[in-house]
Formats: sequence, structure tokens, C-alpha cells
Amino acid sequence: MTRTPLRPLARILSARQKGENPDVIERENIRLRHEEMREKARQRAEGRLVVLALLFFCIFGVVGGRMATLASSEPAEPTAKASTSRIVAQRADIVDRSGRILATNLRTHSLYAQPPHMVEPEKAARALAKIFPDLDEARLIKDFTGSRKFLWVKKKISPEQKQLVHQIGEPGLLFGPREMRLYPNGKLAAHILGGYGFGREGVYAAEVIGTAGVEKAFDDFLRDPAEQGRPLELSLDLTVQAAVERVLFGGMRLMNAKGATAVIMDVHTGEIVSMASLPDFDPNNRPLPLIEGDRADDPLFNRAVQGVYELGSTFKIITAAQGMQLGLVNAHTELDSQSPLVWGKFRIREWNNKNFGPKLSVTDMIVNSSNVATANLAMMIGQQRQRAFFSELGFFDPTPVELVEAPGAKPLLPKNWSEIVTITTSYGHGMSASPLHLATAYASLLNGGYRVKPTLLKRQGPLLGERVVSEEVSRAARDMLRQVVTRGTATFAEVPGYKVGGKTGTADKPNPRGGYYEDKVIATFAGVFPADAPQYVVVVTLDEPVETSGSKPRRTAGWTAVPVAAEIIRRTAPLLGLRPEIEAATLDELQLTKSR
Amino acid sequence: MTEMVFGAAPMRDGEPILPRWWRTIDKWTISAVLLLFGVGILLGLAASPPLASRNGFAPFHYVERQAVFGLLALTAMVLTSMMSPQLVRRLGILGFFCAFAALALLPVLGTDFGKGATRWYSLGFASVQPSEFLKPGLIIMTAWLMAASQEINGPPGKLFSFFVTCVVVGFLALQPDFGQACLVLFAWGVMWFVAGAPFTLLGALGASTVLVGTLAYNNSEHFARRIDGFLTPEVDPTTQLGYATGAIREGGYFGVGVGEGHVKWSLPDAHTDFIIAVAAEEYGLILVLFIILLFMGITVRSLLRLIRERDTFIRLAGTGLACTFGVQAIINMGVAVRLLPAKGMTLPFVSYGGSSLIAGGIAIGMLLAFTRTRPQGEIGDILGRRGR
Repeated sequence: MTRTPLRPLARILSARQKGENPDVIERENIRLRHEEMREKARQRAEGRLVVLALLFFCIFGVVGGRMATLASSEPAEPTAKASTSRIVAQRADIVDRSGRILATNLRTHSLYAQPPHMVEPEKAARALAKIFPDLDEARLIKDFTGSRKFLWVKKKISPEQKQLVHQIGEPGLLFGPREMRLYPNGKLAAHILGGYGFGREGVYAAEVIGTAGVEKAFDDFLRDPAEQGRPLELSLDLTVQAAVERVLFGGMRLMNAKGATAVIMDVHTGEIVSMASLPDFDPNNRPLPLIEGDRADDPLFNRAVQGVYELGSTFKIITAAQGMQLGLVNAHTELDSQSPLVWGKFRIREWNNKNFGPKLSVTDMIVNSSNVATANLAMMIGQQRQRAFFSELGFFDPTPVELVEAPGAKPLLPKNWSEIVTITTSYGHGMSASPLHLATAYASLLNGGYRVKPTLLKRQGPLLGERVVSEEVSRAARDMLRQVVTRGTATFAEVPGYKVGGKTGTADKPNPRGGYYEDKVIATFAGVFPADAPQYVVVVTLDEPVETSGSKPRRTAGWTAVPVAAEIIRRTAPLLGLRPEIEAATLDELQLTKSR
Repeated sequence: MTEMVFGAAPMRDGEPILPRWWRTIDKWTISAVLLLFGVGILLGLAASPPLASRNGFAPFHYVERQAVFGLLALTAMVLTSMMSPQLVRRLGILGFFCAFAALALLPVLGTDFGKGATRWYSLGFASVQPSEFLKPGLIIMTAWLMAASQEINGPPGKLFSFFVTCVVVGFLALQPDFGQACLVLFAWGVMWFVAGAPFTLLGALGASTVLVGTLAYNNSEHFARRIDGFLTPEVDPTTQLGYATGAIREGGYFGVGVGEGHVKWSLPDAHTDFIIAVAAEEYGLILVLFIILLFMGITVRSLLRLIRERDTFIRLAGTGLACTFGVQAIINMGVAVRLLPAKGMTLPFVSYGGSSLIAGGIAIGMLLAFTRTRPQGEIGDILGRRGR
């Protein structure tokens, strides 16, 4: 046992000596100590109580504040969640150069099922199979009666379908809001727009993500909340695109072609005003890629960008321009054109074994499309300089256009650039490039000689790169192309008032098993209008066309691609804001009143 | 002469009970309590008809019961508040032992009403939840023990009170009723804090709370789901919490109108745990802020009145009662606005529930008894009687 010390010891001892009761002193001492202790405890408690009171005050304040912020925020019912509509609204619209809508968002509903909540699963499955014929009734019954807690039935349903599902009256069938992408113009510009799919999916929202075309190439931009829904402005012109697709479709049918593509490009900026590829598809209901067969026959295949073809004689103007730029020739220099040209074991002949005589001027070489003369000019230029020029025009790389498909479409180049390759390439055989490559090269050569970059985005002002040929060479090349239309192989391309210039190209299709097909060609027309003050370049390519109105089938571009291109120019030039130059009628032809 | 013959007329040794009660009672607090009770009836009119219709009663069956229990509770409150602190202490200790016995016998005699936790005694016409009555009893007990420890040569009351609290918590956890267990632990902690807990121990307690919470999160799936549900920013609108949040948003500042609310039809606990959501939806932010103000007024004002109190027992018991009351309100409303993870807790005086109402009345009666104005020895201070 511990001994409690007597306190205060001195007083107790002296009291004991005096014979007084020391307990009194000790009690007094205890009382004083007690009071002191209580006083200390009270002061401490005072402080802590104030802390507690403050704490409670603050916490109640926080609860009240939170109530106020909640009460002032938007109501969120299970059917309309404000926070999720924020996510979907983030995907911006896509518009054409005048602001007309190419892609926007539409509110629909998704249908999902929670089998544990279902009252009559079999009946619901039967009713659903009736509403949506593509659903399998047996499978639905299996899903609804099995152990699944949740399943998607349909990703997007129309308001009518939603009403019908409502009328089933099944509590286990539920709807979630869904923002879907809508392409109001249907198939128009399908290859450029691409398509969309759903990313992360929840009951109340789903991410809309681009799966192809500009939708995918600009996916980050379209979904960037910092852009606040600023639309993506494309260089396309909706009306021109519609006209081009229409004419091209008609042309493809008339010329019995299996595919067709057309590009219209602004020569000064590289903006693609229209780009069409047939056959096409509806991006609202993007089909699955073909599993078998040639990929090039897939409607999803963008021929203008992904299709690489031997573009034939359209390349001759490139050779001619380089020859003039190097100072080797001018427009009137006579070139040797004796056919056939023998180079090693190869014999270079003209189309249909024609012979244009021993000499041809450079202009006539283009006008008559002489392979031999071009080959001779190419040999003068030499392989090094030819390669450098082609590279400068962008033929050795995929087009830098803003489509996810573009980087995958590399031009097909011969492995070894020998002299025979130099010769064949000069008139467009032996290497393959896309129609967009050709349009870009034409724009660069003909706009005064500055390189342009193809783009699908709306741009301002001329965007000229470095110079590839001089102003004079560019003018001379345009003049030659104009003469091709007035007196050469592309006379069908004449559109009154628009001074079209251009070059045809007919190339035999390579057989995948080696060699070339006898009766399958790629017919191309590449042109510029107006030729004296160039504004637009147009490239039209038909795949396996055959024109059968004559006594024997005609496949050359002059009979197939050129009339289609002419119709495209006739229809689109006014839409592009170009005034036709009509020669003023002479006065004596006018007769205002009939003289008696 | 008359006096000499018949003796002096009996004199009271103080002023009459009622006037003295009226003079010394904290009128603000008692008014706030009466207002809260009124709000409870008002909200019961809105929130309980769906429940009544589900259970096959007349629409205002639960409102009538609430009114009856409320009157009982108010009577208990007034009677308790008239008692002297000593009497409150004695009855409180006795009540504690009775309630504890009832709590301990729950596993044998109690019913669970099919809710998965054995918390009630069924009396036929009503059910009693002993833990509601145990709370004020335990607070009195703890305060008594802690006050005793502040006497010279007194018992180690803080340690004893901790053991008692732990035993009670153990029984509550057995039911299981972790909400009440936490509340009891919290009350003990607050009283310990005011009784002068050293800060090192307080820090250790905080750290151990975090530790236990982490352990529970890692080991209990139920607990982890609650916490995860709380931490995800997106609330699933088909859960109770989602409905409550939606209802508060729907209500806005002035509510959708009396009887126009929808949340009471979707929430099974609209008349108890989520009554604040009903209030917010039908009467708007205005009424909610008013309710918060009432709770804050009662709690903070009681605490401020206790600052002047010199009696250790009264101070501690008052603190425990006031803080338990306030925290219960905070938890209830904090859950509805998603400041706290989901935890069922009734809103004192407002939620429907006989036991909670009467026990709340008794607790507030005790608090009122403790916060009555009484001489605190200020005159002694002035006269310098006390040694310093």
C-alpha cells in the first residue's frame, strides 16, 4: 500500500507539537487543492467548449451551404442527367465552308434490360422481337430468364420504337438517353466524314467517338471541352459536293464503270472543295468492311485518297513542265517522235500504234499525247532530276490530307529507278499514285508554280509553298492543256465560257497476276479552269469504264472521263462563283423589231 | 396571536417550482425544440401517407401516432427539465442500468421486424428500441464517472467510463447497429475531450480511427461498397441517395409545393432517414435552412451556456447530450446531401419513430435541466471567498 504523504507537512508537524488536530489542516489543504484543480479544469473546459461550439457552428454551416448549392443546381432526374448531357454535348458539329451542317448530334434513347426486375420475361422477349425484327426471340428469352442482371438490347431506338417498348409495360425494360451522331445529308461526303461509334457506355450516356475520316482525324478537337463546341469547318462546299456526286454517279452508270472518283481543289490554297468516291455508303449506318474480295471494291474505300492508280498520260504535262523549267525545251522545240522508240528490249509505241511523224513540238506532244516524244524528253531530263521533281510535287509520300486513311495510302513506286522507269513514268506508267496526288501536282504546276498542300480545312487566302516552276512555265503548261481541249484528245471537255484546260490519261489496269489487262483501263481527266486565270483543278477518274454507243466499245479517257468531267465543270463552276466569259453578240445579229 | 396559537404558516424554502422553472429554463432552446416538433408533424403529413398506404392504414395514421408520441415526449421533456441535476443524475444512472439490461437481453427477447438487425422489443401497440434510451443514460453515467475522477482521491473514472462505453458499444455492434455504436463512442470522446483529454492521446485516437476505418474498408465488403458509393462523383439516381439528391435539386429555393413531391413515393425511409429530402423537395431550401438553424441554435446555445457552468458533472453531461443531439442531426442531413457516406440515422424530433421521439424528449429534458440558470458562485468570486 502506498502511503499518502501528509501535506503541508510543516504545519501538520507544528500542529502535532501543539496538540491540535492535524486532520483539520489536511482537510483544509485538500479543499484548497481541490478548488484550484477545479478552477484549472473549468478554464480548460471553457476553451474546449468554445472550440466545440465553433465546430458545430461551422459544420451546420457547411451542411446548409451544401443544401443551398444542391438546391440551386439543375434538377437531375434519372431520365435526364444534366451532368451527362454535358459529356455528349462536347462533340462539336462538322460544317462545310459556308457553315452548312455536315454532322451534328441527335438525342435518342438506348434500350437496356434488367432481368431481375422483369415481370414476364417471355412475353417481353416476344414483344421485343416483334418490334425489332432483327432481334432473335429465343436468344432474348434466354438472356431475360438467365442469371444476367443487365444487358443492352438496342443501342439506338427511334421515338416510335420507344413508345412501342413502353407499351409492353415491362418494368425491367429501361431507356437511357443516348446522343448519336447524325449526318443529315446521308451519303454526301461519306468518305470524308467517316463515321462514329460508341466508346465507353453507361446507362445515362455514352461517348461518341469517330471511327474514320475527319471524325477520327479530328476526334480530339471535336471532343475537346475547351473548344466549347466550336464546329469543325471543312473546306468542302456542300452544294458543289452534291453536284459532283450526282454527276459522277450518272457518269459512272453511263460509262459502265465499276468505280469513280472526282476531286475539285482550289489551286491557290490546296483546299479540297469537293471530293467524291463511288460506290459510297451512308455514314449514319456505316457498313462493316468487306471481308473477302478486293479491298478497292469496298464502298468504304476512298478511291480519291486510298486508291493508287497508274494515272497514265496525265503525267506528260509534268515532264513537259520540267523540261521547260530546266531550259531544255520551250513550247515550240521539236522533239524526235519516230515510233516505235527502241530502248533495250523494250519498244515504246504510241496509243493504238499511231505515228505522229518524225518530229513533234512540245505543245503538239501534249496535244496528241505522244508517248515517244515524252520518252525522249524524259531521257533528256535524266532520272536524277526527274525523281527530284516528282518528289518535290509530293508523289513519293502519302498525301498530307487530314483523313485517318491518308497516311496508309502510299504511292506505289518502282524499287529500282532505272532509265526505263524514267521513260515510262514520264507518261504515267510504272508508278501509281492517288487522284488526290495528281490534283495536288496539277494545282502546284498550274497556279503560277507554287507548291500547295492538299487540305480539308477551310483556309483563308492563298497558301503558297515554295516555287516548283516559274510563272512562265506555268503559263505555258496551262496553254498546252488548253490546246488539248480545243484541238486535242479532250475536246469533249470544252465548256463554253470557262476555258477548260486539261489532259487525258488512259492506263491499262495491272493484273494482280502480272502484266496488264487488255480491256480494263483507268481513265483519268485532270484539268484546270479557267485556263487563263486558274482557280480550280479537277481530277476525274473512272475505274474500268467502257463507252458502248459506237460500233465498238471505247475505253479511252477522251470518250469516258472527259465528258463526265465537263459536265462536272458545267454544273459546279457557277456554284463556285465563276462567271462564264461569253463573247458579246455582235450588233448586226440582233434584231429588236421586225422591219416591214 | 393566531400565529402563536397555530404556529407559523408553512413557508416554502424557495420560490414555487413552476415560476422558478420558467425563470431559469433556456427559453430559446425549448422554443426551438417545440418548433422542431411542429416541423416534424408538418413533414409527417407530407412524408408518411405513402408508408401508411403501403401498410394499409388511413393516410394520416402515422401522423396521429407521431402526435401522440410527441405529446408524451414533450411531457417527459418538461418533467425532466424540472428536476434538479442530482435527481437527473440518480434517475439517469438507474435508467442506464435498466436500458443496459434491456439491451443485453435483446438477442433473447427482441425482434428484428425482418430488417436483419435485432434492435426492438415488440410491445404489440408499439415497439421500443432500448439503445435510444441507453444513450442519455450512458452519457449521464460517463459524466458522473468522469466528474468523480476529478475529485481528489477519486476513482479513475475516465478509465471506468471507457470500459462501460466499450461494453455498450460491443452490445450495439452485436445487433448490429454500428450507427448507434459510433454515436455512443463519439459522445464519450467529446466528454473526454471537455474533461481534459491530453492532446497526445487525442491524436492517437484519431490515428487509430483512421486505422480501423482502413481495416474495415479492406475487410468488409459492405463497408467498402458504402464508401466507394460515397466517393464516386456520379451518384446512381436509382439509389436512395440519388433520389434524395434529386429531390433537393427539384425543390430549389421554394419547393415544388405542399403534397406535390415525388421522392416520398420512391424512398422507403422518406419518413425517417430521408425526411430532410422530403422537406427540401416540398418546401424548398427555406424550410431546410430553418431546420438547420434550429438544430444549430439548440446545440451551439447549449454549449455556450455550459461554458459558465462550474459543476463538472453538469458540464460534462450537458456537453455529451448537446453534442449527441447535434451530431445526429448533422449525420442525418449530411448523408442526404452526400457530405457523408450513407448511414441510417434519425433526425431528432423530426423523423417518425416513437422510441427515438420519447428518448429524445428525455435527453433534451436533461439538457434543459442542466442548462438552467443557477448560481455559479460568482458572488463568492466577488467576495474573494475562494482561495486561489
